[in-house]
Amino acid sequence: MRPFDYHRAATAAEAIHLPPLKGRRWLGGGTNLIDLMRKGVEHPAALVDISDLPGAIEEAADGSVVIGAAARNSAVAAHPLVRTRYPMLARALLAGASAQVRNMATVGGNLMQRTRCLYFADAAGSRCNKRIPGSGCDARDGFTRYHAILGISPECIAAHPSDMAVALAALDARVHVGSAAGTRTIALTDFHCLPGDHPDIETVLSPTELILAVELPPSQLAARSDYRKVRDRASYAFALVSVAAGMLLDGDRITDIRIALGGVATKPWRALRAEAVLRGERASPEAFLRAAEAELADALPLPGNAFKVELTKRTLAAVLTRLSGDAA
Amino acid sequence: MAIRVNGTDIEPPADARISLLDLLRERLHLTGTKVGCNQGACGACTVLVDGRRVLSCLTLAVQADGRSVTTIEGLGADGLHPLQSAFIAHDGLQCGYCTPGQICAAAAMLAEVEAGVPSYVTRDLADDNVTLSREEVRERMSGNLCRCGAHNGIVDAILAVASERTA
Repeated sequence: MRPFDYHRAATAAEAIHLPPLKGRRWLGGGTNLIDLMRKGVEHPAALVDISDLPGAIEEAADGSVVIGAAARNSAVAAHPLVRTRYPMLARALLAGASAQVRNMATVGGNLMQRTRCLYFADAAGSRCNKRIPGSGCDARDGFTRYHAILGISPECIAAHPSDMAVALAALDARVHVGSAAGTRTIALTDFHCLPGDHPDIETVLSPTELILAVELPPSQLAARSDYRKVRDRASYAFALVSVAAGMLLDGDRITDIRIALGGVATKPWRALRAEAVLRGERASPEAFLRAAEAELADALPLPGNAFKVELTKRTLAAVLTRLSGDAA
Repeated sequence: MAIRVNGTDIEPPADARISLLDLLRERLHLTGTKVGCNQGACGACTVLVDGRRVLSCLTLAVQADGRSVTTIEGLGADGLHPLQSAFIAHDGLQCGYCTPGQICAAAAMLAEVEAGVPSYVTRDLADDNVTLSREEVRERMSGNLCRCGAHNGIVDAILAVASERTA
């Protein structure tokens, strides 16, 4: 690991008003960044430790829940407001990593984590357009079981690894960010970029911007929501496919629905096509399958991950069936 | 500021690259904490920071400045910890390499259960009263791998300590 300067920020204001420095990075729990520094993928000149900043989880006047960016994943998952009002988020967080990692990882850091593509992490031996733009991609002709089938480009097929962000995409969460120039709010679904021909650019944040908080708007359907993760072992593994969904029913009629997918896409994947098929529709296995097929119509599987098309359809249908209870 | 390790204040290292794991083992010679994968995948390096289980391999030692660190040496400072005795009684180990991490993780895990923290396999997320089944223990301890395959004994040992506490 290359030497770097370390500074612990006491407040967000202090952090964002530090004099500009090329190669400076924010340090949250470090579960991804420290690992990538040791692997030679990341080499920041300086780390500003923001893991001590406020991680409060509070209800705002309008009924939304605001989560400080430094809140640990474990604290969010265990919070009564999250467990009762946004069960899909609590379940998604609890599906991610291990208890040790969840105790370390922050909400802001979770949004900024890098892909777990093995070729991205292999700085010594593999070509990667995300690591070195224009160098090529060894994943495409490699072991693609853990790679994306939605949102991919010729340059990059790396899957976004977060469970939390999938639930946040379904919940219409908003990300509050700040810099010396001021603050702004970004929809979670606009926060991450598709790889396109610049897979090295992963979010819309500028290097000087700091995530301050994540806001969960009030949601009636979130109380009837769930997150299901399918993986190669029962626990402590990244998703092959995951589904976050919430549903509101009037009798057997779906009045509102939110769906997002993980493990299959290059960013947390809001399934707007599937939602459009189901909104106003009667809940039924046939409708769920039609919705899944609409969402996956543009999937671009490779031989090593073609199984994910069918697995995604079945997982989505299973979650929607469960949420619809006796209606379907 | 200082890093409090098992009750003793330690000066944080000048080189920020030093992990908490390396500080414990190489500088303080507390070799109970083990180096497994050194990339956050195995749990052998698990220690408690301010009572919460974390991975010392992915924690910079400077990040522990101002905090309290407990290692297996600290847990077992006053004779065997109940979890240590239970691991022996239930064959919760073979080679023993993962054991310090397992026991630190289990100690924190039991505290999490007492605090009502749910897991991915908890059916009702709104329920604060967790019933510690084998399935719950397996899920909650999934961050600690045992390559000898002593997991069944580990689960037995943890369930035995948990039932003693609630008895």
